[in-house]
Amino acid sequence: MAATGPALELTGVRAAYGRIEVLHGVDLTVPPASVVALLGPNGAGKTTTLMVASGQMPATAGCVHVAGRHVNGVRPDQLARLGLCTIPEGRGIFPSLTVRENLRMITFGGPSLRQVEERAFTQFPRLKERIGQVAGTLSGGEQQMLAMARALGSDPAILLLDELSMGLAPLIVEELYGLVADIARQGVSILVVEQFARAVLGVADVAVIMQHGRATATGSPAELESELSAAYLGAST
Amino acid sequence: METFFQFFIVFALQAAGIYAVAASGLVVTYATSGVFNFAHGAIGMFCAFSYWELSQNRGWPSWIALVVVLFVEAPLIGLVLDRVIMRRLADASTITTIVVTIGLLVAFVQLAGMIWPQGSTTRVLPEFFVGDTVKVFGINVSYHAVIVLITAILVAVVLRVLLYETRLGVAMRAVVDNRELGALNGVHPDRISSVSWMLGSMLAALAGVLIAPILPQFTPVALTLLVISAYAAAMVGRLRSLPLTFLGAVILGEFESLLNWIDTKGIGGHTVADVANDLQTSAPVILLFVVLILLPQDRVAGRSSRRYNAPTPSLRTMAMAMVAYVAGAYVIAQSGWVSKTTVDQLGVGIALGIVMLSLVLLTGYGGQVSLAQPGFAGIGALVVWKMGPVGGLVAGVVICAAVGVLVALPALKMRDLYLALSTMAFALFLETNIYGENALFKQFLPFSVGNASVRRIPGLEGDTAFFMVMAVAFALIVLLLTVIRNGSFGRRLQAMRDSPSACVTLGLDLTATKLQAFGLAAAIAGLGGALLAMWKETSVGVADFSLLKGPLPGLPLVLVAVVFGITTAFGAVIGGPVFVLLPLIGTWYPALENIMNLAPGLAGIGLGQNPDGAVGQVAESFARDEPSADHPPPPPRVPVVPERVGAAGRPTAEEIRELDDVLGLSWGRCETKAAPR
Repeated sequence: MAATGPALELTGVRAAYGRIEVLHGVDLTVPPASVVALLGPNGAGKTTTLMVASGQMPATAGCVHVAGRHVNGVRPDQLARLGLCTIPEGRGIFPSLTVRENLRMITFGGPSLRQVEERAFTQFPRLKERIGQVAGTLSGGEQQMLAMARALGSDPAILLLDELSMGLAPLIVEELYGLVADIARQGVSILVVEQFARAVLGVADVAVIMQHGRATATGSPAELESELSAAYLGAST
Repeated sequence: METFFQFFIVFALQAAGIYAVAASGLVVTYATSGVFNFAHGAIGMFCAFSYWELSQNRGWPSWIALVVVLFVEAPLIGLVLDRVIMRRLADASTITTIVVTIGLLVAFVQLAGMIWPQGSTTRVLPEFFVGDTVKVFGINVSYHAVIVLITAILVAVVLRVLLYETRLGVAMRAVVDNRELGALNGVHPDRISSVSWMLGSMLAALAGVLIAPILPQFTPVALTLLVISAYAAAMVGRLRSLPLTFLGAVILGEFESLLNWIDTKGIGGHTVADVANDLQTSAPVILLFVVLILLPQDRVAGRSSRRYNAPTPSLRTMAMAMVAYVAGAYVIAQSGWVSKTTVDQLGVGIALGIVMLSLVLLTGYGGQVSLAQPGFAGIGALVVWKMGPVGGLVAGVVICAAVGVLVALPALKMRDLYLALSTMAFALFLETNIYGENALFKQFLPFSVGNASVRRIPGLEGDTAFFMVMAVAFALIVLLLTVIRNGSFGRRLQAMRDSPSACVTLGLDLTATKLQAFGLAAAIAGLGGALLAMWKETSVGVADFSLLKGPLPGLPLVLVAVVFGITTAFGAVIGGPVFVLLPLIGTWYPALENIMNLAPGLAGIGLGQNPDGAVGQVAESFARDEPSADHPPPPPRVPVVPERVGAAGRPTAEEIRELDDVLGLSWGRCETKAAPR
């Protein structure tokens, strides 16, 4: 597996909301079977980068490659069926469907319902107790577990995670990142967007700092620790 | 006992079954696409007429005609609607979806009128197995009634299974929750939306075919308005719950049968029976109104889904524009360049333009949807006819303002869609039970049949003089609106539209603002109606102010107003004359007649592309910036999707690239990264 190209690669990606450009040429590489943490302050363009990578937003310039393939303009549902699993910011679940129906939605990616349920319930026995419950009435942690069940069940090649820790108790965050590490060990390439940097640095192989719509620094988590505070406190780079 | 059974079991349940089928179609499309389809009944009507055409006019066997209509035509209509219109509405504001689907309704009604002209022939669609009956508890029940009931139950079961037990159905419900997340799960949202519109159309067609034989009249408008019954039933289920929707259908069926029973049995004497007979036609409207009032409403909106700005032109600019307008009107009325009929129509256009101005205030500035403005115009006309020109004009305006406030009271907590429905219900109630022909208000009689004569203001009876009166009235209202827009009331309206919740936290009294806006808008519409009645002088009546009937119906009027833009008064300056000239152009050039009749509906549908109205779009096109030159153009879009990617240790990028080399493909990577490394 020596010469394998990156699982996900963004080169010179620009993106805009209407007339306002928020990404000014982002270069980002996720090597196969590794965890990349995308860090940075509010409004740096982390989530937008993820939206472009998952096909939800078109890039106005630049290229997006998945496993060496040029995928600009491929719809998000096509990318999802290809093996690119995205867990969006703020609970990637359908609140008015039951837990079982939420799990059933995962089967659009390819796996059978039996496989999805088996994996989800092995990892999160609590979901099994709540199988008939409407997902919107679950606790925040349970909702995030349900969202993560998709990362487990759909057997992805690439996993994009946005703000996994948002609004959750530190213990649950720790548990979820333990799970991310487990998934990474199975050979899945993972891109994690986080504002809450400490939570993810222990898991990540590579950290990338984003500021003002650009990736400004790349390195091992240890190398970047010092730069992080500067980025968050608004020191110029 | 027999008649009791007949009325409250057979008749009621037959009607309930049809309403249930129609309403469930409405709920399915609303729940899965977020678009409330005002044209639902119109689609059913169109399919029922197609069925008549095939089975009666062309003599096809009924079952073939039925299969063609239900399983070919209806899904096709749904598919085309979805592809061409509805898909673009996914992120549109509620107001836009309302206008677009009303445009569709109007277009379908006009289209049916063109293909199957009314008046010359009376069409009859026979029941299924007409004449065949089955005895239940000693009562003869027609096969048709039995078929209706079985169909309704089947529809209920099939929908339940589809939406809860199949993966497609789960996905349909999931996409409502979160469209993007559906896509991230691998669901193609467009496909889901196609399926739901096809399903909705089929249910509409089924309801249309079932109800057409038992209606007293088989006409496009009668069939289209039956959808109000579906709205009412669907509203009982809050547009979400199918079981409650079916309950709503049963309530409606029983309510109608009760009124029918009172009427037939003559309970409570002659008058009561007659009133019951009148109310029977508007039973769905009454139920709709009651349900909307009783229904727990959504909380105060955080902010409107789409922010737009009503321009604030200076009073000076508008004053100059209005001087030019009045001068132009004088030239047209005086010079004789324009024929008498055209001037007559343009006068109507000015009066209707005033009605449109009421929408500028209410919808354009305040963000409140109202379909009742033509109804208020009717009240204004009625009062001016009853009370004479000068006193009537003043009284009409005052009465309209009062009624407007009264209508706004239950509407206070409603938002866009519910507001549109309740104001539409109110307008329909007005035209069937107040100033339309009915048993309770016999004193409105010549007006109710469109035969009233109205006197003009003494001293200004001449055509030219009165034309100028209307033009000046129009100009003054435009100036009034400009003052309002630039003043504190205008800012309050804008604030209410942008963010009701922010208004509340600022201590702004939303109730008072809303009531004032509704009252003032109703008064303006009433003035427009009164002037219209005086301008016409003879054969004034309900047909001038009806929502769907008559030569210049109210719903197209609202459409034209919105299409020309209701954020500024200029939309009404152009919209009023254009609205009345469309049919006139049709009479000048008969080849264009059909197009002209369809125009308002099509324009309303076109609004989906351009929610700010025509005037807004012209302004916008000047402001649009060019693609900047310093960025490279966006990379090519990939139409073909590569095969599934494996995680490391499974088939990888490397293998895919090798495969490309073997197959001689080079399109997989874009130019900039093609260099080997």
